[in-house]
Amino acid sequence: MANDVSETDFGTSPDDVQFRFRDDEVADHAQVTVDSFLEQSNAAAVRIEPGDDARALVPHLERLRLVEVNFPAFGDGRGYSSARVLREAGYEGELRAVGDIGIDQLAYLRRCGFDAFAPDSKLDEADAETAFARWENVYQHAADTRQPIPERRHASVGHE
Amino acid sequence: MYKYDNYDQAMVETRVAEFRDQTRRRLEGKLSEEQFRPLRLMNGLYLQLHAYMLRVAIPYGTLNSAQMHALADTAEKYDRGYGHFTTRQNIQYNWIKLEEAPDLLADLAEVEMHAIQTSGNCIRNISSDHFAGAAEDELIDPRPYAELLRQWSSFHPEFSFLPRKFKIAVIASETDRAAMKLHDIGIQIVKSDSGEIGARFYVGGGMGRTPMIAPPIRDFVPLDQLISYSEACLRVYNRYGRRDNKYKARIKILVHELGADEYKRQVEEEFAHMLEQGVEPPLAELERIKPYFADPSFETGLPTEIDRSDPDFALWVDTNTNPHKAPGYVSAVISLKPVGGIPGDASTEQMHLMAELSKEYSFDESRVTHTQNIVLPHVKIADLYALWTKLDAAGLGSPNLDTIEDIIACPGLDYCSLANARSIPLAQQISKRFAASGKTKELGELKLKISGCINACGHHHAGHIGILGVDKKGVENYQLLLGGSEAQDTSLAKITGRGFDEAGIISAVETVTDIYLDKREEGERFLDTYRRIGMDPFKEALYGE
Amino acid sequence: MKILTGNDLKSGAVVWWDGTIWSFYVNDAVDVRDQADEIIAREQSARRVNSAYSLEATCDEQGVRPAHIKDRVRALGPTVRPDLTLKPKDPTAMDWVI
Repeated sequence: MANDVSETDFGTSPDDVQFRFRDDEVADHAQVTVDSFLEQSNAAAVRIEPGDDARALVPHLERLRLVEVNFPAFGDGRGYSSARVLREAGYEGELRAVGDIGIDQLAYLRRCGFDAFAPDSKLDEADAETAFARWENVYQHAADTRQPIPERRHASVGHE
Repeated sequence: MYKYDNYDQAMVETRVAEFRDQTRRRLEGKLSEEQFRPLRLMNGLYLQLHAYMLRVAIPYGTLNSAQMHALADTAEKYDRGYGHFTTRQNIQYNWIKLEEAPDLLADLAEVEMHAIQTSGNCIRNISSDHFAGAAEDELIDPRPYAELLRQWSSFHPEFSFLPRKFKIAVIASETDRAAMKLHDIGIQIVKSDSGEIGARFYVGGGMGRTPMIAPPIRDFVPLDQLISYSEACLRVYNRYGRRDNKYKARIKILVHELGADEYKRQVEEEFAHMLEQGVEPPLAELERIKPYFADPSFETGLPTEIDRSDPDFALWVDTNTNPHKAPGYVSAVISLKPVGGIPGDASTEQMHLMAELSKEYSFDESRVTHTQNIVLPHVKIADLYALWTKLDAAGLGSPNLDTIEDIIACPGLDYCSLANARSIPLAQQISKRFAASGKTKELGELKLKISGCINACGHHHAGHIGILGVDKKGVENYQLLLGGSEAQDTSLAKITGRGFDEAGIISAVETVTDIYLDKREEGERFLDTYRRIGMDPFKEALYGE
Repeated sequence: MKILTGNDLKSGAVVWWDGTIWSFYVNDAVDVRDQADEIIAREQSARRVNSAYSLEATCDEQGVRPAHIKDRVRALGPTVRPDLTLKPKDPTAMDWVI
């Protein structure tokens, strides 16, 4: 895995991305930590660790093309909030979930705004496809545009 | 009560399919136990001492008879003929096979039941007042708000990997019957001075190894902002709750370390942001839910007098019924605490009977209490004698609600892999001892709560008398605590001193009750006397110090 | 002696390593000496057992007795439901646990 922490080769590479829900070109920028991103002016890609404050990036969203959110352990759910915070702030670039990611986190990650996935170990394609498509409906708002069940129930038109 | 629509039904069925798939992947070796564990836990499936244990949710404690029958059938078909009602309005089955769990969940889905988020580091089953919709003293039925929260919290994508588990209780009465302030979030539905209904939030309560009473964080959240405010409370916790130490990961520690004011400030900031995001469900949704909890068609002009000529019946009426808002009705509590029995356990037959009785006498409804009993919420006073006769014949008529025999006990070392000591045998011996000495009635309200380890599932911190089982060099040892309460006068019990062995702790309980009987003043409960005279007289009697 | 226990993956039943397979009976447990980690790793990856661990026990003419009460409860069943234990007809079984 390209998780080598050298200055030039930090973060994942496009080859590590197993699932991507975007049509634009895969960003291939060297990624930096949140701290070094805030210090240097030209980076267009950044990697968020669980303890980082995603809101610190909010003033700089326009020049970001890739935000990588690391999940060193899948049970540490801070990255879900980081992702949603960025989407709520209007970030539209690639949001890549990397690290210890399993089949059963995919749907939740997707709802929080991730549109690219680079799991440490490649996932079974069929199982992943099932997982992404599992939930026809959802109960609450998140970072996607899905209309939650409570709203669908009261939509005057377009109610299924 | 609430009825699933097609959406709700599809959600639980999707969950069953997902869990079936997860189980398949585990059995095929595609998931390690480490990967599978949080997934099965989020579906209520534990691996306990003897087998897998499944915890099924009973949202806000409300059941219809078809659901109670289904719980009985589950005990028969998938378990060993019984279930255990817990302190958080769930039921646990102790002998479940992993390979059968998906089928079990599919069966439950047919009666609108599930095990979703009954464990794991996520938002757990929303609990409520077991007399909701029936109590004379409530402002409004809290369950529509609990249902709104249930939906919002189900499969919440951001809050499914929280630092630790998260428990919410909702009440709407000044009398707290749900241990509201001992939850991660306690919500009290209140009326403002201008007559508007809203929610008061208490955040950061809990038991476990660091018990804390939740401080009020906001006095009034308008009902059309309830979800946005909850979302803000959770986001601050998910981002900043401690993850370096499992024992400091509950929100109570965050609130404590930040201070309630700073936590509140951060929540307010996030709340303002959430309001802009528009995450709140439409108010029409609450209005859609409310009619499901409308009063059943109570009859009027019913007799309110009770024929007390049978003294056993009269005693049961005095202890096990609660005043009802509709004249001529009461709420009747079925004690799952027979003398010498296992607190909270009910057999297949007993569950079927309770289901039938709820249908016959209580508009098809029953409730599960956090004290591990069952409530028939709407019983005609005129039907009470017939009801009691049937309960008594089935061993369900113990007249001991809120007495020293009405013990909360966790499963303890007999079932639980976390426990250090057995809880159930103590409960059995204590109830036998007091029933035999005839002191139960004289002692009046006395809440005894037993936990088999520091995790406090048996609520020992909140017992008027609490017992905590510990492991002393491989031998069971028990600490005694006094002065706790989980009611509106919430307080945390204090340890008396050095622990006791099994025989010793039972005598110690008798000793402290004797001190109470000796020192009490007119009208005082055990707790009142303790609060007035303090720990010293009890310590002196226990340890001769 | 050092013995191994765990739960059957599919059924969850308590099992003990008898040297060849997993048995329901603690008396079948054998001393695994320094082989514990190796056996656990092999058996868990073959999915024949779940959450296995090693523990201290003693062995005498009455059989194998785990050192800790928790494992004795596992070996017999819940002390409050003798009918559901492995020795429902033995009134002295509880004394062995405690």
